[in-house]
Amino acid sequence: MSQNTNTNTKLNRRSFVKLVSVAGGGLALGFYLGDTPNANADDTDFKPNAFLQIASSGEILLYAIHPEIGQGVKTSLPMIIAEELDANWHDVRVEQAEINRKHYGRQAAGGSQSTPSTWDALRQAGATARTMLIHAAADIWQVKPETCKTQSSFVIHPPTKRQLAYSALADKAASVPTPDKKTVKLKARKDYQLLGKRVSGVDNLKLVTGQPLFGIDQTLPGMLYATYQKCPAIGGRIKTANLDEIRQLPGVIQAFFLEGNNDKEELQPGVAIVADSTWAAFSAKQKLNVKWDERSASKDSWSKAQQQAKQMAQQKGKDNILNTGNVHNAFSENKPLEAFYSYPFLPHATLEPQNTTAWYKDGRIELWSPTQNPDRAIKRVAKLLDIDSDKVTFHQTRVGGGFGRRLMVDYACEAAAIAKRVNAPVKLQWTREDDMAHDFYRAGGFHALKGSVNSAGKITAWHDHFITFSNNGESPARGAKMSGKEFPLPFLKNTQLTSTLQALDIPCGYWRAPASNGLAFAMQSFLDELAIAGGRDFRDLLLELLSQPNTLDTNNQYSLKPKRAIDVIKLATQKAGWGKTLEKGRGLGLAFYYSHSGYFAEVAEVSVDSDKKLTVHKITAAGDVGPIINLSAAEAQCVGSMVDGLSTMLGLQVTIENGRIQESNFHQYPMLRINKIPEVEIHFIESDNNPTGLGEPALPPVAPAICNAICAASGLRVRHLPLSKEGFSI
Amino acid sequence: MPALQLTVNGKQHSFEIIDSTMPLLWLLRDTLGLVGTKFGCGGGFCGACTVHLDGSPIRSCSLPAASAAGRSITTIEGLADDNGDLHPLQSAWIKHDVPQCGYCQAGQLMSAAALLKHTPNPSNEDIDSAMAGNLCRCGTYHRIRSAIQSVVKSENHAVVQYYDKAADRKKGVEA
Repeated sequence: MSQNTNTNTKLNRRSFVKLVSVAGGGLALGFYLGDTPNANADDTDFKPNAFLQIASSGEILLYAIHPEIGQGVKTSLPMIIAEELDANWHDVRVEQAEINRKHYGRQAAGGSQSTPSTWDALRQAGATARTMLIHAAADIWQVKPETCKTQSSFVIHPPTKRQLAYSALADKAASVPTPDKKTVKLKARKDYQLLGKRVSGVDNLKLVTGQPLFGIDQTLPGMLYATYQKCPAIGGRIKTANLDEIRQLPGVIQAFFLEGNNDKEELQPGVAIVADSTWAAFSAKQKLNVKWDERSASKDSWSKAQQQAKQMAQQKGKDNILNTGNVHNAFSENKPLEAFYSYPFLPHATLEPQNTTAWYKDGRIELWSPTQNPDRAIKRVAKLLDIDSDKVTFHQTRVGGGFGRRLMVDYACEAAAIAKRVNAPVKLQWTREDDMAHDFYRAGGFHALKGSVNSAGKITAWHDHFITFSNNGESPARGAKMSGKEFPLPFLKNTQLTSTLQALDIPCGYWRAPASNGLAFAMQSFLDELAIAGGRDFRDLLLELLSQPNTLDTNNQYSLKPKRAIDVIKLATQKAGWGKTLEKGRGLGLAFYYSHSGYFAEVAEVSVDSDKKLTVHKITAAGDVGPIINLSAAEAQCVGSMVDGLSTMLGLQVTIENGRIQESNFHQYPMLRINKIPEVEIHFIESDNNPTGLGEPALPPVAPAICNAICAASGLRVRHLPLSKEGFSI
Repeated sequence: MPALQLTVNGKQHSFEIIDSTMPLLWLLRDTLGLVGTKFGCGGGFCGACTVHLDGSPIRSCSLPAASAAGRSITTIEGLADDNGDLHPLQSAWIKHDVPQCGYCQAGQLMSAAALLKHTPNPSNEDIDSAMAGNLCRCGTYHRIRSAIQSVVKSENHAVVQYYDKAADRKKGVEA
């Protein structure tokens, strides 16, 4: 989006607001997010249309600053501006903002952070513009601004029943001094007109008519198509390949080796084939014959890791994470229950396989990429090509599924490295097989748990030896870490948490609700085991635990707040009919989990027959993430997280042998389909806290809720995922 | 190799086929620029590439373009009618806010449209059975069901109307 703009000099540094007049008339407001502009900031750096533009035509253009990966922020974040602006949503058009750290601060989709990190700034943006529109109208009418109000893209003066459309005021508003932040009033929640309602996604018309939106849809004049073959054993190098033969194949234009830069997050060694169509490249790849040097390649093995973990579980953990009270004394008073839990490695399996279009020319590169992490892509590509980051122009496309995979930018680096060797724009397209074989996987994990309960059914001690994986030999891999704040540890007197690392070459990464997605299963299942051992109702036990004194820092906004946890547990169990009488073979299971600042309790109703065939009848969830912004998207994120959690715990994993991922495509990775989904019910407690993200927190409780329900229905305790490997079917 | 004749969204095309194994998907995407049809797995497992071949849903990633010679193909770009009026399923998809990432939705819509063409009043089981070949990684299945059911229940069964138009168009092309 480029426009001729005259920068007005009314810059209010305190509120980081700057006003400009847009060529052709209208009001444009920019706000800095994140990085505070320093006193020497060059005014020409300022992006006038950073957040909103009100055109004389009546159109209100709002910019969505974070990548859209299906979490709905391209709709929900502009809704926040529109609410404070009092814009009629029908006047609003949304565009994806350009990627520019100077103007927008960090732009990324991860950690359920898009909403909480921008909530204040977006409200301020809308309210500031609204204030200026009021001032413009008041000036025209010669009335006091306080006597005016706004509604549906109009400023209204009720005493004289006059009104002016924002579009008619935009020009004048652009000459009104930018108000001080302190004088700009934000709306009270009770006055919200738009937030909390159901709004259909702004790209939906384009999506249902098949318009180009995604990375894979990018086309440029003269564009070529590339595929990149890496060693199936991760980290292997090339000895030789039949490149002369490949170059003779129909449609093939170039075939060459890339050495890689010894960084799995950027560029691994491989063979690039560049052709005049995707199929010509894919077809040539099938005839590619590479002799790999696997001396430096991964030798990882899931079966060996499982065996080793079982042995480690018999020994003391190497690293002490938490030690409170005296676990040994407690265990000598009450004999502990022991249980060994495990969960497998997972790929992300985004439905849009990784791809990036890149065009290298005259020492500059332009990229079109479906990423969750554009900032990182710019930095890593600049480093790889040894150019300044201002020589990298990055175009954010819509993203066909993120789930954490696209926080890593290896595929953008590959495209950049290939583009440097090609005298044309080139689209690198991964196959599904590439995608399964070269992910940054959710690490598997193991927990050797011991817990004791006294005669009153209270938990007296808890021990966990967490056996996890390390990619660097020193610390847990990404998404494979556990802290002493893990529930229920801070609520117990005698606790011990130790950890032992297993070395792993295959790279791990963040997978939807990182760490929590595995920990919730082990922690909430074992808590249920202790409830049963103590003859307690699980709901009662959870509520009792949450009422105990705890070691959490109450001033830390990211710490679990027991009251909010208690409220969601009470609501979910009430709505699910916790305690109701069920037929034989049918049971209810409860789990609670707090992650990404979101509180979720879920109750599953499950039947199990004598052949271990499951029917998941219903999952009832209660969540608290503060006020809901877009109810439609909020429900969709929860339902999607629950389907994802269920699908994964039922039958999904990747196995690793001799450094290779054994599963190659969806026939070996059977995700849940429409004919197996349970009924799902969601209830939100819209507590009076700042809103937080919903991409992740509804997922972790699903697996333990289902497993606890299986136990209630059948007496069978599931300690290893996925269920299909434990003899269950659906 | 003789030229390949295909009708795509009512328009006749003639292609020079260099590789007879090239799937229809890549001819649609790379040659015709109809990128609404998506690549998901290349093996017919996920349904993201679903299009209609003479009105029936097929996985275009697994069908060689050459084997569709002389036949008529409808893609997501051709699901709305000639006037640009949306297919009732497309409107229902927007109304029910079905998409999350949206990547699978073109394939979902093509499977659903084929279902309603052949079975205008499908049972819930019919819907599940017709849609089970289409994966949604985001888990939008509940809304897919609701959106299809809302069209089935609608008294203005415009689905039939749309297909009448399509049939007329096809006749026109053949004449």
